[in-house]
Amino acid sequence: MFFAIPNWLLPAPTDIFHEAVNGWDSYAHHLLSTSNLAVVGFVIGVSVGLVVSISLHLLPSVRQAVYPLLILSQNIPIIVLAPLLVIWFGFGVLPKIIIITLVCFFPIVVATLDGFRQTSPDLMHYMRMAGASKSQLFRKLEIPHALPSIFSGLKIAATYSVMGAVISEWLGANKGIGVYMTLAQSSFRTDRVFVAIVFIMILCLIFFAIIIGLEKVMLKGRRGKDE
Amino acid sequence: MSELIAESITKSFADKQILQNVSFTVKEGEFVALLGPSGSGKSTIFHLIGGMSRPDEGTFSLDGKDITGQRGMISYTPQNPSLFPWRTIIQNVVLGAEIQKKPDYQTAQEMLEKAGLKGYENAYPYQLSGGMQQRVAFVRALLSPQDFICLDEPFSALDEFTRLEMQQWLLNIWQENKKSILFVTHNIEEALYLADRLLILSNNPATIKYDFSLPFVRPRDENLFLTEEFLQWKRKIYQALQENNHIPS
Repeated sequence: MFFAIPNWLLPAPTDIFHEAVNGWDSYAHHLLSTSNLAVVGFVIGVSVGLVVSISLHLLPSVRQAVYPLLILSQNIPIIVLAPLLVIWFGFGVLPKIIIITLVCFFPIVVATLDGFRQTSPDLMHYMRMAGASKSQLFRKLEIPHALPSIFSGLKIAATYSVMGAVISEWLGANKGIGVYMTLAQSSFRTDRVFVAIVFIMILCLIFFAIIIGLEKVMLKGRRGKDE
Repeated sequence: MSELIAESITKSFADKQILQNVSFTVKEGEFVALLGPSGSGKSTIFHLIGGMSRPDEGTFSLDGKDITGQRGMISYTPQNPSLFPWRTIIQNVVLGAEIQKKPDYQTAQEMLEKAGLKGYENAYPYQLSGGMQQRVAFVRALLSPQDFICLDEPFSALDEFTRLEMQQWLLNIWQENKKSILFVTHNIEEALYLADRLLILSNNPATIKYDFSLPFVRPRDENLFLTEEFLQWKRKIYQALQENNHIPS
């Protein structure tokens, strides 16, 4: 009795697998749309994050004023903000990009600013003594020094971007995994909900792997530098 | 071509006076050691020469030109090698030159070979031993366009054997290049072994207490350590430092 759980409540893994294979045609375009949205949102979010952190770093007084606001921006629940954005900007792509940007830029800003702040004082001292200008200090020391931190931020942002994309689709879109998920949910197609979950995870992992690959290339030769 | 003159340098931090009326000259091609106990303001002198901050009073001039408070006029090797971990060895040694103008990789390559670092051009700093890293840092100072080199206890982090080896190496490479060197240390033997002239700093606030010209002929080697003359000098310097160290009542 106890184990007789109906399929709509908790589908068997085999059912989920079947749906994933057989239903490919019905959700492939959703998948594509979500990955597109996540990539675009990620790129914009990261760019905004980098621009914000670099400007805050170069203008320490502004940094003190703005940093608390950045933290506050992360306290507004996305679930509440998203419908508002839809009201203001409609069902187009803009409110979705705003949501993804909002979740992506914060980890980038925190990681990048920390990276700048932890610049080795010894190397800084050497550069100053050698007569380096402010822009040389920035290009030759601070940026390369912050790169590992920036990559930590990128990894977090990459996984957030997929989440952000799905959430933004929940609230009004005509395609995307978020839409597929909502439809599945309201028609009690639990198997499809699980298919969606699995694909969200796969998407996150792919993004993550790309960032790690990029990190390997760009931080070549840095292993063991900190002992 | 470089002669550094420090003229009555005075510097205080907060209410504490660190340097009082410090004057000295480093002549062209001369190797001068600055000896003093820890905390006597040796590093402060370097910061001032390097233009990290300005002295309260006094001036520095290099070849007759006032360089007080100006950065980038001297080349400098800090206590720890301060190599950039993301740069290869060859990229590291050209850094000092790169800040001022276009780096010359050809000369850098030759200099690395002379320093016994052939084959390590494309290695990263973490792959090198402490002594080798220090050599890289010194090659970087030599390749910098400035003719005046300041060395801030460059061998203090090395073990005794490596240090001896490095001192000999430094002497050889300096004899070839003949740049003027100001060398800060708290090691009496090191100062005697390397320098033409020895300046002794007093404590609290620091001022130049003695200015000894050392009579040892060049080229020098490790046998010098055991000569009677060397030991006499060592005693003399030791006593001079002792006078310093009385605790003020």
